[in-house]
Amino acid sequence: MSDIPLNTSVSGVPEAAPRQPPALSTGPVAWLRANLFSSWLNTAVTLALGYLLVRWAISFVDWAFINAIWSVPDNQTQACRALKASANPGACWAVITEKHRFILFGTYPYEEHWRPALVCVLFTSLYVVSAMRRFWRWELLIVWAVTLVTIGVLMWGGVFGLSYVPQERWGGLPITLILATFGLAFAFPLAILVALGRRSSMPAIRILCIAYVELIRGVPLISLLFMASVMFPLFLPEGVNIDKLLRAQVAVILFAGAYLAEVVRGGLQALPKGQYEAADALGLSYWQKTGFIILPQALRLVIPPLVNTFIGFFKDTSLVLIIGIFDLLTAGKTAIVEPAWQGFGVEVYIAVSVIYFIYCFAMSRYSQNLEAELNRHRRR
Amino acid sequence: MSVAVSEGPSVASSIRTDAPPAILLDKVNKWYGSLHVLRDVSLQVATGERVVVCGPSGSGKSTMIRCINRLEQHQDGRIVVDGTELTDDVRALDAIRREVGMVFQSFNLFPHLTILENCTLAPIWVRRMPKREAEDLAMHYLSRVKIPEQANKYPGQLSGGQQQRVAIARALCMKPKIMLFDEPTSALDPEMIKEVLDTMVGLAEDGMTMICVTHEMGFARQVADRVVFMDRGEVVEQGVPDQVFNNPSTDRFKAFLSQILRGH
Repeated sequence: MSDIPLNTSVSGVPEAAPRQPPALSTGPVAWLRANLFSSWLNTAVTLALGYLLVRWAISFVDWAFINAIWSVPDNQTQACRALKASANPGACWAVITEKHRFILFGTYPYEEHWRPALVCVLFTSLYVVSAMRRFWRWELLIVWAVTLVTIGVLMWGGVFGLSYVPQERWGGLPITLILATFGLAFAFPLAILVALGRRSSMPAIRILCIAYVELIRGVPLISLLFMASVMFPLFLPEGVNIDKLLRAQVAVILFAGAYLAEVVRGGLQALPKGQYEAADALGLSYWQKTGFIILPQALRLVIPPLVNTFIGFFKDTSLVLIIGIFDLLTAGKTAIVEPAWQGFGVEVYIAVSVIYFIYCFAMSRYSQNLEAELNRHRRR
Repeated sequence: MSVAVSEGPSVASSIRTDAPPAILLDKVNKWYGSLHVLRDVSLQVATGERVVVCGPSGSGKSTMIRCINRLEQHQDGRIVVDGTELTDDVRALDAIRREVGMVFQSFNLFPHLTILENCTLAPIWVRRMPKREAEDLAMHYLSRVKIPEQANKYPGQLSGGQQQRVAIARALCMKPKIMLFDEPTSALDPEMIKEVLDTMVGLAEDGMTMICVTHEMGFARQVADRVVFMDRGEVVEQGVPDQVFNNPSTDRFKAFLSQILRGH
């Protein structure tokens, strides 16, 4: 019995030649047939949608590339306006060519634009480096600290021969990246503590955490930002003035913290009780148990909703426009206030969307890789 | 769940009567809400003694064993483990948990850590052992449960029997004075029960103080110094295995034994 190969049936019937799957059950043709042309109704829908899609794509290419105007001399937008009104309209990308530095950097002094540009590069490199697992060491925290200080120095200036730029003049992409990065970097640890606190056996801590989550979650971000910018200064002693951006930043951190805390709590609750018991039985302390056993597993479980929330908050930073902070979207909006460029909103919004999309899509793809990587232990 | 252990010669007793009892339960009571799950349970386990606890499901045997390292809290009575009474004092509890190893029905290995990391985590962080030394110790016990070659795999890649043996090795790496087994073979396929029971017999031969909740009567006969039968939260009957199995003195134990034997 021991030398019977695994694949042979035990009854002793001679093994048949390996059978192929029926023709046309695999491959692209089979896929088309199964998914797009399986019945006359499906075929009709496929053809109709295909026609609309192709037509739309052709007119978009016409508008965006073939008929488009890429630059105009000296804010002379007559050509663009004529094109827009014509029967065969085209995009006026000249608005981007002309205004891209304003959209990206807001009212930051023009000749100093290399500074916010460098800040954007630093932020993006920081994300890329932090995303690589081989750099997940304690030293990464130092890299973060150094980079963030450098970013502060670059934005403010006033030292090393850099001219001082007050915060009111910052704007565009750096503002969005600052709000998002600091927001999530502080909100995430806060969220973990709050999620653990909500499951604490100490009633005072539990009630405090529940109150925090419910209060913040029950209020729109806009009203929180409003309170931070208008009401909060009323409670401060005279002469004390906290930076507007900092106040908005705190509001974003508190808001994101409450949402992320609930996501993390979901992960904590999904863990089997046996994991807690095994850690207890081995004599691990609360923080050892939490740090080595509970959080590593709980956070892996909630990577998809976590990234969902991250992406949501990256975009929600655009709400700071209501308290007069110039983030990327607001800068884009302001760029077309000038009479010469009024009416070219579509082009500007497309350009801004592309920037948002690049960051969000990168987050999304990265989270999928991370999930596959970190959950390798679950595959057999 | 039949008598999977080869009926070898029974393991020589290693009870040390001169030492104070390893575990003492004195009129322990526990309620879940209004449900009275432990009723005046008193039990004394000497150092080196092997006790098998059996009884129908819901009889409180698991609750009792889980009270010994305070995974469950008793509400009345005293529990003294290794000379320390179990109270709300967290330090005393940590000290007790260091000395009491536990093996669960559902293994409860940490799935995100390798087998080796599962075994070295507590020695490194609780016992403050150097990493190298902890790894040597882990390999020693993994060899003892006969799976040193799996050290770098994850628990999910192992069979149930292998996982349970890793769980035993993990508990042993803390060099506990007492081992608690909570139905260690109940979640296993029949062909894997033997490998786990053999490991436990080996442990008994070394004179480990053990309390084992199990229905493996063959195992009980071979290694137990004493069998304790529980029903409805009470200790109903206890004694030397041969004696209680052959002449159960209560109807409840008789009924339970006949049920177990008929079942297989």
